[in-house]
This record gives sequence, C-alpha cells and structure tokens, in this order.
Amino acid sequence: MIGSATRLEAPAMTSTAQARRRQRLACAAFRLCASLCGLLIIAVMTGILLELLLNSRQAISTFGWKFLVSAEWDPVAGKFGALSSIYGTVVSTLIALIIAVPTSLVIALFLVELCPKRLSGFFRTAIELLAAIPSIIYGMWGLFVFAPFMAEHVQPLLSEYLGFIPFFQGTPMGIGMLTAGVILALMILPFVSSVMRDVLEMVPAVLKESAYGLGATTWEATKDVSLRYGKAGMVGAIFLGLGRAIGETMAVTFVIGNDHSLSASLFASGNTIASTLANEFTEASDPLYLSALVELGLVLFLMASIFQIIAQLWLRAATSKMGAQ
Amino acid sequence: MKERSITTRKAVNGVVTAAAGAAAVFGLAMLLWILGVVILRGIAAIDWSFFTQLPSPPGESGGGVANAIVGTFIITVVAAIIGVPLGVLAGTYVAEFGRDSRFASAIRFCANTLMGAPSIVVGVFVYTFMVVPMGRFSGIAGSVALAIIMLPIVARTTEDMLRLVPNSLRESALALGAPEHNMIVQVVFRAARSGMLTGIMLAVARVSGETAPLLFTTLNSPYWTVALDKPMANLTVTIFNYAMSPYTDWQAKAWGASLLITATVLIMNLAARAAARERRFGS
Repeated sequence: MIGSATRLEAPAMTSTAQARRRQRLACAAFRLCASLCGLLIIAVMTGILLELLLNSRQAISTFGWKFLVSAEWDPVAGKFGALSSIYGTVVSTLIALIIAVPTSLVIALFLVELCPKRLSGFFRTAIELLAAIPSIIYGMWGLFVFAPFMAEHVQPLLSEYLGFIPFFQGTPMGIGMLTAGVILALMILPFVSSVMRDVLEMVPAVLKESAYGLGATTWEATKDVSLRYGKAGMVGAIFLGLGRAIGETMAVTFVIGNDHSLSASLFASGNTIASTLANEFTEASDPLYLSALVELGLVLFLMASIFQIIAQLWLRAATSKMGAQ
Repeated sequence: MKERSITTRKAVNGVVTAAAGAAAVFGLAMLLWILGVVILRGIAAIDWSFFTQLPSPPGESGGGVANAIVGTFIITVVAAIIGVPLGVLAGTYVAEFGRDSRFASAIRFCANTLMGAPSIVVGVFVYTFMVVPMGRFSGIAGSVALAIIMLPIVARTTEDMLRLVPNSLRESALALGAPEHNMIVQVVFRAARSGMLTGIMLAVARVSGETAPLLFTTLNSPYWTVALDKPMANLTVTIFNYAMSPYTDWQAKAWGASLLITATVLIMNLAARAAARERRFGS
C-alpha cells in the first residue's frame, strides 16, 4: 500500500511542480510582454524624433539656423525658409487662444456654478461632441459655409469699425488667417473648457462657501478664490489648448489659403507648418525639398512637445497641491 | 481691494453670468450649425449608388465611394488590431508592474507627449519609416500611423482605469493562489472592463475620422483595393481631394462622405459614453 501511495504521489508532485513552473513562466512572459509594450511607447517617441532629425539633415546642413528666419520658399530655386509657416502657425494659434480662453473660462464657470443640474449634463455632452467632430469636417464647414459667412458679414464689419488697425485691412475674402484662427478656437474650446471645469470642480466647497459667507458674488468668489486656488491648472489648460491648436492640420488647410507670404492683415491668405506639410509633402520630388518639409515637421513636433510638457508640469503642480489640501 | 458699491458688483456679476450662459449657448449653436450643414448637404448627396459604386472619372456625375467606405473600414480595423493590444499591455505595465518606478514614469511621460504630437507629424514619421523603405504608399502604412495615434491614448486610459480598481481585489485574488497574470487578466481587467472599453471606443472613434496621417501614408485610390500593401481608397482623403476639386458633383460627394464619417464617429462616441454611464449606475 505504501509503495503504491508513493507511486501515486510522485507523479502528482512533479505535475504540481511543472504546473507551478509553467505558471511562473507565464507570469514572466506576461510581464515581459507588458514591459516591451511600455518600451514601445518610448521607442516610438524617440523614433519619431530620430527619424525626423535624420531625414531633415540635408536641409539642416544646407540652411542651418537661417531656415527658421528666412521667409523665402521657392521649391524651383531650391531655397527654403520656414518663417512664413512658423508665423502663420503662431498667429493662427494666438487668434484661437484669444477667443477660446475667455470663452472656455465662462463656459466652465457656467457648467460648474451656474447651470441647473438637469441641464448641465446636456451642455457637457454638447461641448464634448464639438471635440469629437473630425478635423476635416471643420474644414468642409469652414471652406463652404463659414468662410463665405465671414466674408459677407464679419470681415466687412471689422474693416469698417477697426480698419485703422493693419490687422483688419485688405479684401475680405473669407479664407485667410482670421477664419483659420476662429475655427481653431472652436476646435480647442472643448478641450480647454473641460480641463478648466475639472479645475473649478476641484476647488474645495469650504473655500467658496467662506467667500460667499463674506458676501462675495458668484463672479467674485470665482475670480478671487477659485481662479487663484486653481491658477496652475488654468495655465495647464491654456497650454493644452496651445499644443492642440498648433498642430491642427485639416481644418486649417481648408481655410487658410495656403500662400507662402507674410502679411500683417489677418484677412490675407497664409499658411501654417501643418498646412504646408499637408499640401506639399506628396509633391516634393526633390530630396532637398522633402528634407526641408521634414524639418518643418521636426519644428512642429518640438513646438507641440514643449507646450505639451509645460501643460503636464502645470497640471501636475495643480493636482498635487489640491491633493494635499 | 478697492471698495465698490453693491450695485456695480451685482452688475458685474450679472454681466459675467449672462456671458457664461451666452457662451454655453454659443457652443451648442456652433455644434448644431455644423451638424445641420453636414446632415442637410450630406443627405442630398447620398443615394444607393453612393454606397455601391466606384468613383466616377473627374467631371462626370454619378458613381459612388464604395471603395473608400470599405478602405476606411479596413484601415481602421487593422489599426485597432495593432494599436489596442499594445496600448492595453503598455497601460497594464505602468499600472500593475511599473507603478511609480522610473521606467514607468518615462513611459507615462512619453505617452503624454505622444498624445500631444500633431497627427500630421505621425504621418511624416510613418512616411520616412515605412513608405520610403517599401517604395510605395500602402494601406498598412496608414493603419500603422493610426495605431501610433491610438497607442498612447489606449495606454493612458487603461492605466487610469486599472488604478481605480481597489487593491483589496488584487490581494484577494493572490490570496486564493492565483498567479499574477491570472489575477490581472481575470480579476483586474474584469473589474475595469467597461472603463477600458469606453477608452478604446473613444480612441477608435477618434482615429476613424483622421485625415492628416493618411495623406502621405495610404494616399487614396480610385480602384477597388483590399490589398494592404497598395494605396487604399479611404473616406477622409477622398473628402479632401473632392472638396478641393472644381467639380460640383465631387464636392457633393465630399458632403456625403462627411455625413457618413461624422455620423459614425459621433455614434461611436455616444455609445462609448453610454457604456461609461452604465458602469456608474451599476456600481
């Protein structure tokens, strides 16, 4: 009996040991796979940077720093300067921020403090759906509907009353820098307002209540208490919007007019880095041309990354401060 | 702080309140304006042949975008097949294994930066990385570009959702003798399932409307193509090409395609939100 028992037990022992080893192996394999996927994200990030650097080295060595300050863009003569694209990117993004930041702030204020509970879910979804509409749809609407609307109704008014400012001079054609900026504003509004809403919601009720207890109005409580308390988060929200607006491609390509010229007038056609890439990349047959376009992509990637990192840092500062309270 | 009369303060407050309400209504109005235009002009352009026929030659009326509908579907599905598992695993690593280690922080940092990377730059990257070595534009290059866009989004939402799962669940699974990978897949994933599903659906919805990363990876094609190694017809690049063309018939087709893409993206988006809401009521 004893003999048969040990004979029975022995294989059972090895099978548990085997099963355990298999389990340990499976665990290690799973862990390895997961860490490789994590590594992949780092690899993609560095890969993008390296690929862009590598493929733009011809333009970098030919033009050097002058690439960034020259406005000459002449594919036939082989002369490339990024200034008009960078200028257009900066100006359209600035217009977008000037419109979107105050609007997002009051929308966030409305959703958090003023709106009746029953309506707030509805408005929230509506604003978030604005963010879900694909960029190219904004482009279609911008080109066929909004640009004519700007040309007929908005731009004549601007040039009549504000025409003494060089920004608002020129023929109101509809397409151009201003229209692109307004559409960008509309596109980043949901992102900025949703972060601002989160920040306002994180303000402890007791702080706001003490402001109200001292007789503050809603706006005073928001301006002097909530905004001060959530300052870091607000800055983070703005940089997040900045990072989004700067790389937006299709909507801008449809309405900006795609012209490599510098003009003070916001009614004039222009271009951005993203729109230049979208328009010219497949046409670039010459290696130097392609290399200059890749360098434009590199500039855009660096700009967007820097704003994204700044946004992260401010938002992290905001949450860690609020978590500590 | 300077003294102000109660009337001024109340007036300022009233102005801000009115502006806040007006801004929210403005946002709603813009949404309705865009959707209204897309629906009206889109429906006018859609008929049976829109779904069943190949594009007509430039300037000729008739034809459809059947190949582009199929192409967009294939490109998006392949992108999801590549991007979702990789993203989920990466997010799992950060949430379950790496936690606050330096490696995990580096992954999180790169994922955040990648999420902010302009989609057109991803297109340029895939062009230099895949299209140039392969020697031609291809559907698979477009899928890879979209997968790269999905990867950080899926990884970050997975991480966030896994972090919401209470540790007591993990401990009880381990105490019952479950090996770590079983614990993660069968207990933690299950607890975080609906949140992860919402994140994945939102990511797929977002990339299915992308145009910029496809412009110089997949390009476009007037033919039937299901081969992933050739240029492939797709709706978004078709919209771009048709809208910029001088032919009114093509422009009408672009509106039809716009309606199709918008409806798909918004329905997926609303479905993802509904799934998230269910979870909130369930727990």
